Amino acid sequence: MAEDKQNDISNRRQFIWSGLRGAALFVFGAVTTLLGLQSRKERTVWQIDPNKCIACSKCATECVLTPSAVKCVNYFPMCGYCDLCTGYFEPNPNALNTAAENQVCPTGAIIRRALEDPYFEYKIDENLCIGCGKCVVGCVLFGNGSFFLQVRHDRCVNCNECSIAVVCPADAFVRVPASSPYLFKTREGSAS
Amino acid sequence: MGMNLRAKLIVIISVAAIFFNFSEVFGIERFPPPDFEPGTYTMPTPTKPPARAYYWEFIDMFLLVAVLSLASYFALRLRSRRHLFWLTLFSIFYFGFIRQGCVCPIGSIQNVTLALFNNNYAVPVSVMFFFLMPLVFTLFFGRTFCAAVCPLGAIQDIVVWKPIKIKPWIENALRIIPFVYLGLAVLFAATGSAFLICEYDPFISFYRLGGSVNMLMLGGIFLLVGMFVGRPYCRFFCPYGAILSLLSRISKWNVYLTGEDCVRCQICDVACPYGAIATPTPESQQPEKTPVNIGNVLALTLITVVVVVAGAAGGGKLSVAFSKMNRTVSLAERIAAEESGKFKDQTDETKAFRQKGGSIDELYSEALKVRDRFAFGGAIFGGFVGLVIGLKLMGALFATQRSIYEPDRASCVACGRCYAYCPKEIIRVRNLQKLVQKK
Repeated sequence: MAEDKQNDISNRRQFIWSGLRGAALFVFGAVTTLLGLQSRKERTVWQIDPNKCIACSKCATECVLTPSAVKCVNYFPMCGYCDLCTGYFEPNPNALNTAAENQVCPTGAIIRRALEDPYFEYKIDENLCIGCGKCVVGCVLFGNGSFFLQVRHDRCVNCNECSIAVVCPADAFVRVPASSPYLFKTREGSAS
Repeated sequence: MGMNLRAKLIVIISVAAIFFNFSEVFGIERFPPPDFEPGTYTMPTPTKPPARAYYWEFIDMFLLVAVLSLASYFALRLRSRRHLFWLTLFSIFYFGFIRQGCVCPIGSIQNVTLALFNNNYAVPVSVMFFFLMPLVFTLFFGRTFCAAVCPLGAIQDIVVWKPIKIKPWIENALRIIPFVYLGLAVLFAATGSAFLICEYDPFISFYRLGGSVNMLMLGGIFLLVGMFVGRPYCRFFCPYGAILSLLSRISKWNVYLTGEDCVRCQICDVACPYGAIATPTPESQQPEKTPVNIGNVLALTLITVVVVVAGAAGGGKLSVAFSKMNRTVSLAERIAAEESGKFKDQTDETKAFRQKGGSIDELYSEALKVRDRFAFGGAIFGGFVGLVIGLKLMGALFATQRSIYEPDRASCVACGRCYAYCPKEIIRVRNLQKLVQKK
């Protein structure tokens, strides 16, 4: 008799549980369908919108990687190839040469090379660049703005919540589709 | 006189030009890019190293299902701790160090929430998959995801050294925290404010071999505590574990020792490092001794209702403080303080906002909207916390009557340690071996 009662209880529980399981599966299906209907479904990665970025230098310190996955990019078609590059030289440099005291870059990551007179080429050594954006400030303020910061995807680990994005004062970090993961400036002044 | 006017004009134009340049700093070609003699110089093109290839997502998804299936098979069918241990190491290696933990199912709660509340954000297929698969598996096999798949659980599982027993009432009280954490995480994700779970993930810095010192220290503390209190994060913080514990209660199969054959030797209870063995109902609480009192039930229901209402009210009150976590709200508050002259200096945030020339009124109305959402969400969050507490109390009153020791469906993480200790299980395995030898 007692066993019968036990069995009854057990059966009833089994019945309720399988009902609940079905309900849970239904909810999962509903949520998936609901979210699946939204258009963009490709995986996203983080990128800096160079037109929003104010080069505050937090990219150098807030990234989970050391050195940061953010690096400076020189977009050559925009570059003026200036002798006195304000992204390369300190204000009022002693001389226009590669001596360290004249350089803005704290790690000496910009390689200056003389081309035909009076032009100079400025290339970023990504192994040295720490993404502080000091050069970007100078270039944007007095030059063409061909220096800008970008998340380099050979280094970025694509955290679900980018720890630089959390503190970015200009809200310049955006999620972009993984298939076109860069927002370069163009000569027309828009990011693409 | 004429000269003077011209001089003035020049000054005005140059000032205007400077102003124009400073407000519109991007895309200005102050120094026209040179036209190099053809053939003398080739302009380097800036490289664009691609993001992690798309096919890796499919490898991740395939491995997730494979490891979940293996974990379920090892835990429920093979009943082998040794197999689970090797699978744990694999998960630490792949989901931890290779995949670097992101996006993990725990964090994906927030992506799904954000997508549900914000039409501009769509969950990528792989993230949805990582969110759903462990839930579905738990619905059928119990928390085998926790056992050997989750990289956060895995790293804690291998550091367990001398686990102490926590008093049941403390354990029960602490198990409310994951639900509170879950509620907070959903609230902040739904309002587009923050991904709390990711920001305070204690172990991710290990897998990335770097990160902020604070988070590394937090992870170290969790692992140190974890040597003496088994899986502290899983049991007392993990918001995904909170969901899984609910689903695990109604799972089709789960970790099962001997059932009615139990000899009440308690060895499984001693062996379990996670306090997940349910003990027999004490003599004093047998139903014959304490029949369900209708008065108690009514009182408890009333208490639950009161707690839910109080929680909702409290959550609504807290919402103003919560909303400061939102960037729009904090920016608007700072701008308002600067406008009223409370602060003379500007922060990077307000500088950036003013440089872009955004409308302050628009910002204020935007911030008020966010705050309204927080007021509503905060009340729901508070009510939810109240409900969890009320249900916990109910659960204490209507505890399932049992006469044996068995794994508790909600809190068992299917690590498989108890199998090797249960005397009945040892006999069962020995009989099986004899059977095999005879053949």
